[in-house]
Amino acid sequence: MKHEITLTINGQSVTAEVDSRLLLVHFIRENLDLTGTHIGCDTSNCGACTILLNGKSVKSCTYLAVRADGAEITTIEGIAAEGTNHPIQQGFHDQHGLHCGFCTPGMIMRSIDLLNNNPNPTEEEIRWGISGNLCRCTGYNNIVKSIRQAAEEMQKEKETTV
Amino acid sequence: MFKCKTSAEVGGMGHSVKRKEDARFLHGKGNYVDDVKLPGMLTMVMVRSPYAYAKIKSINKEKALAIPGVLAVITGEDLAQYNLHWMPTLLSDTQMVLPTDTVMHQAQEVCAVIATDRYIAVDGAEAVDVQYEPMDPIVDPFKALDKDAPLLRPDKEDQKDNQIYHWERGDRAKTDEVIANADVVVKERIHLPRIHVASIETCGCVASYDKDTEKLVVYLTTQAPHAIRTVVALVAGHVGLSEEKIRIISPDIGGGFGGKVPVYPAYVVAIAATFLIGKPVKWIEDRSENLVNGFARDYHMDCELAATKDGKIQAFKVSTLADHGYTDSSANPSKYPTGMFSICTGSYDYEHAFAELDAVYTNKAPGGVAYRCSFRVTEAVHAIERMVDKLAAKIGKDPALLRLENFIKKEQFPYSSPLGWSYDSGDYEATLKKAMDMLGYDDYKKEQAQKRKEGKLMGIGISTFTEVVGAGPSKDFDILGIAMFDSAEIRVHPTGKALARFGTKSQGQGHETTYAQILAEELGIPYTDIEIDEGDTDTAPYGLGTYASRSTPTAGAAAAIAARKLRDKGKKIAAYLLEVSEEDIEWEVGKYFVKGAPEKSKTIQEVVFAAYTNIPPGMEPGFEATHYYDPPNLTFPNGAYICVVEVEKETGAIDVKRFVAIDDCGNIINPMIVEGQVHGGLTQGIAPAMYEGIEYDDEGNVLNGTFMDYLVPTAVESPHWETGHTITPSPHHPLGAKGVAESPTVGAPPAIANAIIDALAPLGIEHLDIPITPAKVWEAIQAHS
Repeated sequence: MKHEITLTINGQSVTAEVDSRLLLVHFIRENLDLTGTHIGCDTSNCGACTILLNGKSVKSCTYLAVRADGAEITTIEGIAAEGTNHPIQQGFHDQHGLHCGFCTPGMIMRSIDLLNNNPNPTEEEIRWGISGNLCRCTGYNNIVKSIRQAAEEMQKEKETTV
Repeated sequence: MFKCKTSAEVGGMGHSVKRKEDARFLHGKGNYVDDVKLPGMLTMVMVRSPYAYAKIKSINKEKALAIPGVLAVITGEDLAQYNLHWMPTLLSDTQMVLPTDTVMHQAQEVCAVIATDRYIAVDGAEAVDVQYEPMDPIVDPFKALDKDAPLLRPDKEDQKDNQIYHWERGDRAKTDEVIANADVVVKERIHLPRIHVASIETCGCVASYDKDTEKLVVYLTTQAPHAIRTVVALVAGHVGLSEEKIRIISPDIGGGFGGKVPVYPAYVVAIAATFLIGKPVKWIEDRSENLVNGFARDYHMDCELAATKDGKIQAFKVSTLADHGYTDSSANPSKYPTGMFSICTGSYDYEHAFAELDAVYTNKAPGGVAYRCSFRVTEAVHAIERMVDKLAAKIGKDPALLRLENFIKKEQFPYSSPLGWSYDSGDYEATLKKAMDMLGYDDYKKEQAQKRKEGKLMGIGISTFTEVVGAGPSKDFDILGIAMFDSAEIRVHPTGKALARFGTKSQGQGHETTYAQILAEELGIPYTDIEIDEGDTDTAPYGLGTYASRSTPTAGAAAAIAARKLRDKGKKIAAYLLEVSEEDIEWEVGKYFVKGAPEKSKTIQEVVFAAYTNIPPGMEPGFEATHYYDPPNLTFPNGAYICVVEVEKETGAIDVKRFVAIDDCGNIINPMIVEGQVHGGLTQGIAPAMYEGIEYDDEGNVLNGTFMDYLVPTAVESPHWETGHTITPSPHHPLGAKGVAESPTVGAPPAIANAIIDALAPLGIEHLDIPITPAKVWEAIQAHS
């Protein structure tokens, strides 16, 4: 059965007709060609498909596209202006928080939500905060450092804007 | 320590420059196989066997083909018409592409459904009606050689039982004699279970055949694109696929770790499908398909270590039963069916050793693929490092002291090991002492003594390992007959910027940065001015790919030598431009100058420009070089790892308090990247030590085939790693480098196992097989109290 859905993705409104069973991750990757959102497990364990849905991190591999009708979605492609880095992207670059890059978009999207809720997390809070996202390459030390750097950077930005 | 020869701007060896490849990954612009979308592309889904061992009575395609959008169902019978239903494994065993009569393991590919979209393909796969006649599988490898065991591979003419091969090395009689007469002998059966690489990107391909150009392009999750091209040409040559018409493109790879070396059946089916249908066909494995085809390790090792009463090691013997599943798909060099397992004598100086191994068939997925170690080094290191600890416990000697007393000394290199390797370099004593200092070993020993008095369980575990990596030399090492060398091709453009291509393929190791740094070191051209390209067989020079820590030892060396060829050419050009003889020209990073007159000089960029604009008479124009590097020996990275754990008696919970890793990987190209590789490898070391292991029931069903129950460590399970280095440059590598990425995966599991077992020692527990889970610890505690 087909359904018409309308949602906002990275600031742009999109209307599409989708099957009831179409997963949000496939809608994003295949219908919208936003391939930065990845699929790693199909069971909500690895978090490679993490996006922001109405500001909250969501694993799009176990979320139906129809359920996202009316939602505001942000993917990795939409967090910084072309050619610039979000502080979390910069943190991952500076602290060598990525190797193969496959988990990276999901890890970054999750970190945005984490820092929104806890702008100054401890190492342990970061580790628990990203424990729904698997990375097989980095051993996580540098991901933790990347997120710490971003937290400090975003705190500074906040202070200067206030 | 290593001193940088170049400025930070040039960014040669030793600089922790930020990675050049990061931007596309950070912005979601990486190009992985599943991101490839071609016009008219179809999707393929595999139908897989629910049984571990069964006759196929029938396959009915009708209902599947009736679904709108399902275009084809391909079976083994269909492939048999083209003689494509079997293929060789990388170790010259044979593997079904699709079965015609029997399935040999759970989740084996039975047939393929091709459809216009992945949802329809899945519908089609569910609609295919396969009738099976289940048979009793062999799951326990120790039963595979029973007289009444069914013969699993009657398809192989000479196969009279389920033994694949027997292998041995060393002097059995002498080793037995020394063991029989020794003061102390410790024995243990050690099992390293099947585990899976579990890269976050699974495997997949997009195969596209153009009937007009007769060209086959395959985007493939492969660590070895050239080897795959040759294999495809050899396997499918008879249907008209010729090697110059095959192009393998390995785009961005989401982690490899050995899992992307083999040729999987679905790759071949996708190629057959595009060949027959004439449209691109995509196949992407799902996570469960990926895990259930788990394959690495699976060695049962009976070990004996003999020593004098004060702990001087005299002999080591290991007899192994290897479970290879239904086919030996080891990616080992052909003369080394057990890979580099004979490195099992370890970092210690003694004369006598004997290793033997029997490999058997069982009803499991193809076994033996190397997982982040240079062909069976993990098994070898686990065996010796557990046994050395067991010896220390038996004679009541500090395991650090026992190791220090038995180490090969630095002046003994090159060292001939009892099983035939020539260790190139190392300073094991300095490495262990550095690890002990960094940890504060003596303080922890005191703390442990105090805790034991209080009845608490605290353990300290050491592993001092030696690896053997970087295959060739090609006279000894090959894959399906293809010699194991690797290559670099450098093109320096007239404006002094460069493009370099390699026969290897990064899967996250950072080649685009580190190879550029090697060239920056050798040519003085800033690393930011050098583009690195790999993975496309139509453009890259031939090489055997990236696995077994071989990229730096082989392709990295090729880069250095190709660059030195260019430097020699540049010297001639500089002499011409400066109007002096070649002998009067000297080189320092980035420029040539006249001996004794340093003000008379030409930069590398000026020299390169002249190679295109002002060519010395008689000289071949251009500034390009290629080198195929065949190493004279392997390299022998080594390290000392120490782990401190506390175990809760009531629950069996294990808390890793500290983990210190000191690695000697020779000279370091990029310290930041090396540290990152070590961190990642350590987490892949704690994984099998405490969490991972593919479990089977008696029927051959995999019990943990998803990430819900196959426990890849998260950031919470992964400890805060502490790392450091000693450096003994490899004497035969042009850069003094050794390779690093696999050391931590090899070295960490025994350090963790030794620590946990040390914690449990006061209860009388002498050994536990990995993964050492809280449940296993709890059971052991119950059994010993």
